[in-house]
Amino acid sequence: MQELLQQIVSGIATGGIFASLALALVLIYNAMGLVNFAQGEMAMLATFVALALIDHGMNYWIAFPVTLVIAFAGGIAIERVVIRPVERAPILTLVIITLGLATLINGLAGFIFGYVPRAFPSPFSVQTVNILGALASYQDLGVIAVSGVVLLAIYMLLQHTTVGLTMRAAAHHPEASRLLGVHVSWMLALGWGLASAVGSVSGIMVAPILLLQPNMMQTIIIYAFAAAVLGGIESPLGAVVGGVIVGVTVNLAGVYLPFVGGDLQLAVALAIIVGVLVLKPNGLFGRPSVRRV
Amino acid sequence: MLQRIRNSPPRYWLVVVVILFFIGLPTVIGSFQASEWAQVLILAIAIMGLNILVGYSGQISLGHGAFMAIGAYASAILVHKYKMDYLVTIPIAGLLTGMIGFLFGVPALRLSALYLALATFALAVVTPSLIKRPAELTGGVQGIILPPIDPPPLASDAFTAVTGTAMTSDQWIYYVTLAFALVLFWLAWNLVRHRAGRAMRAIRDGEVAAAASGVNIAGYKTLAFGISALYAGIAGSLFGLAVGFVSPDTFPVALSIQLLVGTVVGGLASIPGPLIGAIFAYFLPIESNQWVPTQTWIPSQIASTVEKAGPAVTYGVVLILIMIFAPNGVVGLITAGYARLRRRLRGAADRDSGQMPPDPQTG
Repeated sequence: MQELLQQIVSGIATGGIFASLALALVLIYNAMGLVNFAQGEMAMLATFVALALIDHGMNYWIAFPVTLVIAFAGGIAIERVVIRPVERAPILTLVIITLGLATLINGLAGFIFGYVPRAFPSPFSVQTVNILGALASYQDLGVIAVSGVVLLAIYMLLQHTTVGLTMRAAAHHPEASRLLGVHVSWMLALGWGLASAVGSVSGIMVAPILLLQPNMMQTIIIYAFAAAVLGGIESPLGAVVGGVIVGVTVNLAGVYLPFVGGDLQLAVALAIIVGVLVLKPNGLFGRPSVRRV
Repeated sequence: MLQRIRNSPPRYWLVVVVILFFIGLPTVIGSFQASEWAQVLILAIAIMGLNILVGYSGQISLGHGAFMAIGAYASAILVHKYKMDYLVTIPIAGLLTGMIGFLFGVPALRLSALYLALATFALAVVTPSLIKRPAELTGGVQGIILPPIDPPPLASDAFTAVTGTAMTSDQWIYYVTLAFALVLFWLAWNLVRHRAGRAMRAIRDGEVAAAASGVNIAGYKTLAFGISALYAGIAGSLFGLAVGFVSPDTFPVALSIQLLVGTVVGGLASIPGPLIGAIFAYFLPIESNQWVPTQTWIPSQIASTVEKAGPAVTYGVVLILIMIFAPNGVVGLITAGYARLRRRLRGAADRDSGQMPPDPQTG
């Protein structure tokens, strides 16, 4: 029982990491109906930036927000340069472009930083603390806390500020918003910037566990896909809940299902994706869509 | 008959020239280069399959590397465990993969293009670890080593008569691949120009309109998936036989991306496109890797990084630039350029006659 609790806590921590990246996917999906296949690679690149800052003597807790700002600017820059020319292109074109972006960023990171895995510092110790009879590590609790704060901040921004309201309006009714004086195109860029910043949180949180190298996010992005699909790809709340459910499920499956073990955890994510899409395509929190003729 | 040949459009002559070029190629290049061109043809088959799915039926798969893996392993297991003749295993592997693709297409029916991209991408990422699991069957991490293939005496004698040298295994594999490529390209050409192809294009261009016109949406979508997987399976089977070795890491996500790059570069919804795309996708990383180490001014440390990262950067840049500036790929650029040239040659009078230019899809 105690072990089960421990596994659940550590699953929630991993889930927080998935949730940040899934939330980034949802932000861009809401802005333009697109799944950004480059989201993980963007987070990976931001993590390399964070490492460079820390290596140059910057304090972890200063480097963290600075990285988020850089990631935000980078996300806006990518949207302006790469996505803007094809904003109204068919979905196939956009998907292929984000895949190209993923390949490009992956190659660039390898080019600049090399392929040797690097240790990434964590501000949290690996010591454990006893909560309700379960031993949880400060590392896990710290990840849960940081993810929680970031997710809450995004929620507040979207639901309780004018900028958030404008962004949601631009996504839902671009024509009407434009008539009301909203710069719809810039709201898209803002969405990309926010997504990039939120996604980079997941990169920074996962790097101490996985070691930092250009392919670090390749599996995390699959879990984030699973989380976003499970929660309903247009729902920010769904992304968070989905992330936690996927984190806990994958963790428990790896420990308690002998045929899954460590190496087939990714297959669990695939099973979740296919299962949800076939049985409940709108996810837990999504609204059923009506096709317009 | 003679009249028909004389009146056939210039592109038919181009097809004949290309086929003769590929038949004659191994007699003038070395055995190693023949194995490289065999790889190009294998890629071309897989890309043709992806093109049927993406270009003609408007669905997307980012997981065709996984279907190639299934084909390659089907062939390798049949040859290695059940001592089957390698030539027999190629169509078996293709049909098996096609059936799996067809079954995968059934749940895919309910998915929008975006979700399908997600699911197939996840499939491509997961496949290597799935292959490792049944280790007695697939050889686990080590993979399966296949026996070398000897050219049959008839082909070998014919080859010796032409070139004066003995036929190597690589050259024989090249001709086997070429034969399959020719048949599969011919089949694809027929497919897209007849009922099924028209139905698929109708679905791509407007699903609701197609359904209203009586097209069986579910049937043709899964059919496209099945056929596409069949092509990938045959390509994978040939790949395993040509390399003589299959392992889980032979089929990484990068392979699926490479196939997509080839499809997009050559040109979506075009028959010659996959061949051009395959030549590009195969030779780009090799050429850049051969060029970089010869440049002595580049420090060796950077050169080794470029070798690893270079293809990814180039693939990425090419994908983005092509999708932004030339969504119809190289073939699109060529046909557009040719049409412009012809219009200019014909003169202004014809230009102003108000006639619509012929549709490159059907014309």
